[in-house]
This record gives sequence, C-alpha cells and structure tokens, in this order.
Amino acid sequence: MVEATTFTPYISAFGGALIGLSAVLLMWSVGRIAGISGIVAGAALEHGEERNWRLLFLLGLFIGAGATAALSGALNDIQPLVSTPVLVTAGVLVGVGTSMGSGCTSGHGVCGISRFSWRSIVATCLFMLSGFVTVFVMRHVLGEGL
Amino acid sequence: MKNIVIVLAGALFGAGIAISGMANPAKVQNFLDLFGVWDPSLAFVMGAALIVATPAYFFVFKAGKPKFAERFHLPERKDIDRKLVAGAVLFGMGWGLSGLCPAPALVAILSGIGHFVVFALAMLAGMILQRQFMSR
Repeated sequence: MVEATTFTPYISAFGGALIGLSAVLLMWSVGRIAGISGIVAGAALEHGEERNWRLLFLLGLFIGAGATAALSGALNDIQPLVSTPVLVTAGVLVGVGTSMGSGCTSGHGVCGISRFSWRSIVATCLFMLSGFVTVFVMRHVLGEGL
Repeated sequence: MKNIVIVLAGALFGAGIAISGMANPAKVQNFLDLFGVWDPSLAFVMGAALIVATPAYFFVFKAGKPKFAERFHLPERKDIDRKLVAGAVLFGMGWGLSGLCPAPALVAILSGIGHFVVFALAMLAGMILQRQFMSR
C-alpha cells in the first residue's frame, strides 16, 4: 500500500543544515568530502590512514543517528517497502551505481554541488531523474506488483 | 583533537539524517513520486545543506589548507564520462526501488529490522564488486 507521508519542511531543513555543517567541518578539518558511499567503500577497502578517518566518521554517524533516534523516535516506525529479493537488487544497484558514478546524494548532491562541480551537478540531476522514473514505473505503471 | 572532530562531523551527519526523516524509506520514495503522494521534504534537506555548505566551503577553500591535513582531497576529473552517467542512473534505480541511499541505509540498521541489514550488505557487496572487478 502506498501511503502519504507528512510534509515536514522545518525539521527536514534543520536536519539538512546539520548535514551541511558536517560536510563543512570535515572539509575544514581534514580536507575530505563527506560522501557516504565513498566513505563506506573506503572503510571496507582502504588501509591505514585512508581507512581510519572513514571508520571514525562512520562511528560518529552511528552515535549521532542513534542518539537522535533515541530522543526523537525517528526510527520507531520505519519499514522496508519492498520484498527481500527487490531489496537486495536495489542494494546492489545502489552499491554498484554509487561506486561507478563516484558518489551519492551526499558526495555529489551536497558536497559536489556546494563546490560547483559540474560532474556532481550532472550526476545529481541524473540520479534524481532515474529515481523519479523508477518510482513512476513502479507505482503508476506496474502498480502494486512489487 | 583531529579524531574528535572527525567523529563529531560524523555525529552531525547521523543526527541530520535521523532528524530530517530521511531514514524513513517511505518519505524518500514519496519524494520521488512526483505524480502520486509527493512529499517534498527531501528537497528541504538538500536545500538547507546547500545553503549552509556553499558559502562555508568558499571560506574553507580560501584558507588554502585544512586545519589537520596537508591538503584538500578533491576529485580532479572534470569530464562527464560514461561511468558517471551509467553509475548515477543505476544508483537512481536502486534508490527509487528501495527509498534508501547510502547514509540512510546505514542509519536504518539502527531500527533493528533485519531487512535493512540485508540491504546494507547488498550495497556493500555492490561497492566492493564494482571497485574490485569493474573499475577498469
């Protein structure tokens, strides 16, 4: 069942501002882009100093999200939207796609656009368009089939 | 000090994802459903992040070098190549199908729901697969 969600402009903008602040702090301190796909892949595959800062950032991410969720109940009623095979397919697509395309919503969408990177602007437009089309096909062409 | 700042940056990011509602796949998928039950909240997340980061980055870069490192680590490529395009399109498909992109996928694990662990592992496998076998 597709259900509407509440439009939350203020709290969403506040969360976005925190994400922006995080990106600025990471660039100011260690000169790194706060792109989560690159951080996750690097934490898994890099070694030494290249791995360490990424692990520290991820540790912070879990602490910050966990504390916020405990206080706000933000994760209390989230659920997966699709069956496990579709979820696995989507996970592989997100992993391969962000790695091949050198970034995701944070790396391209926030950090890249903020420094006027042409590649990031193009990538952001493309993954948004691809997401719009995918959800359109899923919900309005295929219906509830998935 | 350097390590504390990195953890703090991560914590701000995690708090931002959790509080913005972006760890809720339904909210993200509804943002992508322009012709259905559209929820524009995600646009406010990105908009606010850009409003903060764009001017602040300007001053950070103007300083010439980061506080605790020798240089800024920025991508040097400028061209739009096939991999960038194909990667963004594939990512968008997975994002639309699941309502999850990398950061919210990690945060969603904290809900304790096993499906989100499965998603994160599939995502990690996709990243490793691409980097190890498809990167040339």
